[in-house]
Amino acid sequence: MSVLQITGLSLTIAGRPVLRDVSLDIGAGEIVALTGESGSGKSMTAFSVMQLLPEGAAPSGHIELDEIDILQADEATLCSLRGQRMGMVFQEPMTALNPVQTIGAQVAEVIRLHSNATRGEAQQQMQEVLIRVGLTPDQVPPSRYPHELSGGQRQRVVIAMAVVMRPRLLIADEPTTALDVTTQAQILDLLQQLVTEDGMGLMIITHDLAVVSQLADRIVVMRHGEVVETGPAAQVLAHPQHPYTQMLREAAAHQVDLPQAEATEPLLVVDKAVRDYPAPARMFGRAAPKRAVDHVSFTLERGERLGLVGESGSGKSTLTRAILGLEPLQAGRIEIDGRNVADNDPTTRAKVQVVFQDPYGSFNPRHRVARLITEPFHLLPDAPTGAARSALVGEMLESVGLSATDADKYIHEFSGGQRQRIAIARALITRPDLILLDEAVSALDVSVRAQILDLLADLCRDSGLTYLFVSHDLAVVREVTDRVLVMKSGQIVEQGVTEQVFTVPDHPYTQALLAASPSLPEAVA
Amino acid sequence: MGLIAYLARRLLSLVLSLAVASVVIFAVIEVAPGDPAAFMLGMNAQPETVAALRAELGLDMAPLERYGHWVLGMVQGDFGTSYTYRTPVSQMVADRLWVSLPLALYALALTMIVAIPAGIYAASHRGKPGDVAVMGLTQLGVAIPNFWFAMILVLIFAITLRWFGAGGFAGWDAGFGPAMKSLTLPAIALALPQAAILARVMRSSLIEVMGEDYMRTARAKGLTRSQTLWRHGLRNALIPVLTILGLQFAFLLAGAIIIEQVFFLPGLGRLVFQAISARDLIVVESVVMLLVFAVIMVNFLVDLAYALADPRLRRGA
Amino acid sequence: MRLSLILGAALSALVLALAALSYLWTPGDVTAMDIANRMKPPGAAGLLGTDHFGRDMLSMIMVGARVSIAVALVAVGIGMGLGVPLGLAAAARRGGWLDELIMRGNDLIFAFPSLVIAILITAVFGPGAINAIIAIGIFNIPVFARVARGAALPLWQREFILAARVAGKSRAHISVEHILPNIANLLVVQGTIQFSLAILAEAGLSYVGLGAQPPLPSWGRMLADAQTLVAVAPHLALVPGLAIILTVLGLNLLGDGLRDLLDPRLRRVRT
Repeated sequence: MSVLQITGLSLTIAGRPVLRDVSLDIGAGEIVALTGESGSGKSMTAFSVMQLLPEGAAPSGHIELDEIDILQADEATLCSLRGQRMGMVFQEPMTALNPVQTIGAQVAEVIRLHSNATRGEAQQQMQEVLIRVGLTPDQVPPSRYPHELSGGQRQRVVIAMAVVMRPRLLIADEPTTALDVTTQAQILDLLQQLVTEDGMGLMIITHDLAVVSQLADRIVVMRHGEVVETGPAAQVLAHPQHPYTQMLREAAAHQVDLPQAEATEPLLVVDKAVRDYPAPARMFGRAAPKRAVDHVSFTLERGERLGLVGESGSGKSTLTRAILGLEPLQAGRIEIDGRNVADNDPTTRAKVQVVFQDPYGSFNPRHRVARLITEPFHLLPDAPTGAARSALVGEMLESVGLSATDADKYIHEFSGGQRQRIAIARALITRPDLILLDEAVSALDVSVRAQILDLLADLCRDSGLTYLFVSHDLAVVREVTDRVLVMKSGQIVEQGVTEQVFTVPDHPYTQALLAASPSLPEAVA
Repeated sequence: MGLIAYLARRLLSLVLSLAVASVVIFAVIEVAPGDPAAFMLGMNAQPETVAALRAELGLDMAPLERYGHWVLGMVQGDFGTSYTYRTPVSQMVADRLWVSLPLALYALALTMIVAIPAGIYAASHRGKPGDVAVMGLTQLGVAIPNFWFAMILVLIFAITLRWFGAGGFAGWDAGFGPAMKSLTLPAIALALPQAAILARVMRSSLIEVMGEDYMRTARAKGLTRSQTLWRHGLRNALIPVLTILGLQFAFLLAGAIIIEQVFFLPGLGRLVFQAISARDLIVVESVVMLLVFAVIMVNFLVDLAYALADPRLRRGA
Repeated sequence: MRLSLILGAALSALVLALAALSYLWTPGDVTAMDIANRMKPPGAAGLLGTDHFGRDMLSMIMVGARVSIAVALVAVGIGMGLGVPLGLAAAARRGGWLDELIMRGNDLIFAFPSLVIAILITAVFGPGAINAIIAIGIFNIPVFARVARGAALPLWQREFILAARVAGKSRAHISVEHILPNIANLLVVQGTIQFSLAILAEAGLSYVGLGAQPPLPSWGRMLADAQTLVAVAPHLALVPGLAIILTVLGLNLLGDGLRDLLDPRLRRVRT
């Protein structure tokens, strides 16, 4: 019997169609994954079930939760269903909890709201559910405030609030997207365990096909607000029928055709680099400085493609900025072509350029593309001007797959993937010796990501690119690098040839990272 | 140790602010042209008499010495002697403070009583006619000069309706009721523009909080819209409102100086304007220092309230 | 809310136009007394009546607008001219000694409401329009410094600023080229708000005799003169009061309208 049955759900927000004729159902104890790229309407489907839609939303069709039609129910009924019969887990654990209430109070509130439990009984149940989601009182007592918890712990609190009343349906909207890969594995395990124990239905929304294959019984693929394919997860992933699903499947398992590297001479030498952050002056005095980069040493040869992987807080971003000369070192040195980066010499700095993660924040919205991508010319004493400059801009844009006429446009006229191409053009315009790619494809949809990675391979083939590819995403790093560094707590714990590190990892941390990373089963031909 | 260390740091910066403020005030008064002693004795005074008065007033000391004398005196509650009245400034100020301070607090209370509910109402009826009406009124309230509003209040409630006196202060000896009655129109006049500002701040703060993720979480728990607002929204929304409230106290205290002129209240304002025209600089200096002290003190208290209201500040991240 | 923009712009333009016109022409002479025609209600003598010396009220309001606008304009100019560079400098080196110094200095100025500064200045140099300007101007410095710093800080975390730093540009260069244009909207909106506050503050200072001195007409002093006569001739208080209210209201509406118009979040939806 279905816990949730959606038939012919359509949704408009302020007159704009968002969902069209969506139908799906979820049985007790079943895990159904909604997947698709951004803008596919998968999150809006979830919010339609919870009836927590933005203002101006007009849903139509039927959503039945245990035979109650949610679209016909009045607000009082909906309030009694939310938290009681259906619970929800959100994408951003950092902001999902009230900062001025203890976590215990926030969990107990659900119990008191939906039952006649006394204060003491609610306290008891609250403690039980916190233990159940892995927050034991000796480590994370309920008297803690959200800011004292890590992202994974906060997500556990949100899950505790969602499952404490043993709902029939649990909705999880990208529950692990904001978390590190090891934390992600733990949270996914927890969700699976809760589903098994309570026999509830789980609707999990995720863009990550590897997560789907690991967790879901059935899969619903969405695109532009419509369901394009649905079926048992293993079957759909192995034999996708719809062209869009096939494209997604291929993009997720995309193989980049990287040419052979020819390492020649050391280009970047990092020697026992140390970067300490002074602790911010807080209201309670200054804490001890935090060591973000701890005696890191490595060499990057000209022509080599080096990967740098690590979870958030590992120090990889700080290291990247130190190489760019944006952060001073407390000890050690970083040399490019034998020159110390700290000397702040423009010709040395012109040898390194960077592509950042956020395609939307990387450009001044007030400048045209031509001005945006020529900004690094500031470093050159003899930067081209006039016609030569325009010609070069056009050439650069074409080399990254855009058109020379795009030079006169503003950045808001481009999509996320196009913006990353422009960012690459900006990084290449001074013909630098080294490019840092700082999570450069992490914010992109899977199909766009594949295109950008192909572009990198093309550039390697055409002009022998040397780059440092910084990412938390092991699968991508494996694709596009020759050698890899694994960073943890400011130190490099393992380095070696990429394939070797990924197949026979040496360090326990690398092993844990690889074990936690969900992967798609090999494509069935 | 968290809260104690925090208190110690804040106290230190409080003392530092006061010290710098006192130096600034002293220095400004110091560059004032003219000799108070000569001014007091008039044009025909003998040089010996002036010199004697200068010695009596302590004007013959070096500036640094005089500054030390002034600060040490203030710490002990001695603000010096008025040039014109020859009475201790502390006594004069204390008498007047019993009018100005209650007036400012009265106005602060009125401001909060009106503004906070109005802001909550407007935020929870966002975009509806009630919100538009409240916002329109606050727009008008912000634009009204308080001393003009005071004159209109006098015209309506004192001269035409005769519900209140047109001015003057009954004195606390006359009892709490009559004293408060004579402060009511001034307090209303003072409170109106500040209430309009505070209501707008309250509304936008609450609207901002209502867009936070944790408010959606609260709805997903099964709380109704109004339960979400009261249990989760309000406390978070009040945190920025506290800061504004602290700033507003400064404006109320300064505004009281002007409003006292409209109502002929014997407060600090009257004292300071009389002192300015009589070039009684030591009174001006002391009153200004006192006002600045009050503002710094209130902001210190606001910071403490902040730490109590927001656990993120209490324990450090 | 296009309505508030139009209404605000119209009111502000009207006041500006009247002030400008007063240099060329006023209905009556603001220095000529006509005791026989004193305290005539609006309509009976002149559009807005006459004051206690028989002077034409409309002419007084027009010339008074000049003083209000001049004082407010210069005071806000001082606040912006000094406050914005300070705020930008503080944001460019967040947490550095300069930032600390600027912010502590700001806190200190905030402890001196503009009226208190005016009292201090007047006590030393005597009353006058210049003192009003300085008092209001000083108080505006920390306001603009805070707004500029607050808006600049998140921008310094944005990747396009990092990109400019990678391109070797100095922090001062980046502040001018990238930060300032991106916070200009906010500064314009804050400018109109501070302008209206300055008009109010100038009126208050003139009212207690710390602002512009006779024979220059000013709205605040017109109200002070009206105080004892309000029961006899209410228009003496109503006319200057309404002039202040409409001016301030106009500027505030203009500020609100501009905020909606310039808000990049709203604009992104439209493009």
